[in-house]
Amino acid sequence: MADLRVKVAGVSFKNPVIPASGAFGFGREYEKLYPLSMLGGISCKGTTLNLKDGNPPPRIAETPSGMLNSVGLQNPGIDHFINEELPYLADKNVTIIANVAGSTVEDCIEIAHKLEGTNVDMIELNISCPNVKQGGAAFGTSPEMAASVTRAVRDATTKPLMVKLSPNVTSIVDIAKAVEAEGADAVSLINTLLGMRIDINTRRPILRNNVGGLSGPAVFPVAVRMVWQVANAVKIPVVGMGGIASGKDAIEMMMAGASAVQVGAAIFVDPYAPVHIIEEMNQWLDEHGIASVNEIVGTVRPW
Amino acid sequence: MAYIQSVYPIVRKKNLAKNVYDFTISCPPIAAEAVPGQFVHVKVAGFQLRRPISICGIDKEKGTIRIVFEIRGEGTEKIAKLNEGELIDILGPLGHGYTVLPEGKKVVVIGGGIGVPPLLQTAAQYGENATAIIGFRNAAAVILKEDFEKNGNHVILCTDDGTAGRHGFVTAALEELLEKETPDLICACGPMPMLRIVAGIAEKKGIECEISLEERMACGVGACLGCACKTRKSDGTEGYSHVCKNGPVFNSKEVVF
Repeated sequence: MADLRVKVAGVSFKNPVIPASGAFGFGREYEKLYPLSMLGGISCKGTTLNLKDGNPPPRIAETPSGMLNSVGLQNPGIDHFINEELPYLADKNVTIIANVAGSTVEDCIEIAHKLEGTNVDMIELNISCPNVKQGGAAFGTSPEMAASVTRAVRDATTKPLMVKLSPNVTSIVDIAKAVEAEGADAVSLINTLLGMRIDINTRRPILRNNVGGLSGPAVFPVAVRMVWQVANAVKIPVVGMGGIASGKDAIEMMMAGASAVQVGAAIFVDPYAPVHIIEEMNQWLDEHGIASVNEIVGTVRPW
Repeated sequence: MAYIQSVYPIVRKKNLAKNVYDFTISCPPIAAEAVPGQFVHVKVAGFQLRRPISICGIDKEKGTIRIVFEIRGEGTEKIAKLNEGELIDILGPLGHGYTVLPEGKKVVVIGGGIGVPPLLQTAAQYGENATAIIGFRNAAAVILKEDFEKNGNHVILCTDDGTAGRHGFVTAALEELLEKETPDLICACGPMPMLRIVAGIAEKKGIECEISLEERMACGVGACLGCACKTRKSDGTEGYSHVCKNGPVFNSKEVVF
């Protein structure tokens, strides 16, 4: 049994596998299948200041080796999160990441203030949702905007701060450097890639929002490349995500430079995916005589 | 409400009509939990998204469920290629089914096309106290008529072209039936335009009506919020509920068409 414990920006995770924000709600639906304590952590559904109703349906489309979604950050708001969901998670023995997705810088500051003093272990600042008109990717696609929202939240919280980056940019490295310079303790990447499907019979986009975020195995190589580039450019830890569906994928992502991984779309294929990935990673490490998962981080040997 | 994900054997496969398949699956833990109107989320090899398919029959003694589905695209086509004895990966039972009324209450179930199968198990509970109004395009597309008759239900068969049963839509048959009797509950499943008309008829008559909706779905358990449908809350405000967890069966007054 290899040592699977990892630390990201001082936050301890009992293993490196974290269900990604948006794919896992607040854990309630999956606790019916396995104890949440098996997971490294949970990145909770993105929260806005007030309740947000999201985009009209259809919100989901199948794609080759993946899927599109245009949920649009439907969530019950920060007060509900703090009053109803955090107490539920409190005794589950799992590291809690709150995903903050304010529509304005002021909203992000207020959400961060409200999270002070709660049992949240880490804030993941979402500057990369492709499905909302305000906030989201509007923050995350220019280094200047990304820097200023990161600085504002940095000054508003004492919690470890991770910034979730968008792949829909010319240079993700420039964004990562910009948020690092303004006090981010870690970065997580990638959010979904903006995509589109059209029903050729009706000539209508399948998504009512016309476009949506692509996830699943289709994006995995893009995610590995971006994690590798960012990990080589910043000193803060990188949490890798994007299409991870197996233990071997997770190992690959960590070799690219990720200190931990998040798993999203794979949970829709197999609700046990995070648990299976943990088991497969452990088995692979044992087979290769590696004592701790930390030993593989960033060990790719580029040509 | 508990649900399970595992692989289970298909113990019987039948082709009921063109592109319509009938699987009986031996899955005792799922059969034990299932109630009429719920669905299972079926994994399709090579595809990212599972396919939600309503439960058509539940045999708690034998530990089986029955699903009847139509080939709609590449995913359901792949599921239809599975054979007896092969394993099928299902997550279920999921969602919120039809209200079960006490014995002696009268119910009308009304369905169109592939909306008919989810009503069979519901109707089974009421025997002769249930009338099943079932509609299809033509005689060749008729499915499950004998199954409703075996339930002891009164069956009113309708076809769009008159090649079997009544000529015309199920909604006309419903209006005619309600001239003569007043059921305690109407349970409906089928295309959205049909559901809208059924809900309108029920409202006019002051009869409770429950309808089963469908939507493109990802997680199936209420986590990802993909399968949104617009509903009206008790305070009159509108918002998005989710077919997988809040539904698939909703009170028709809640649904914003």
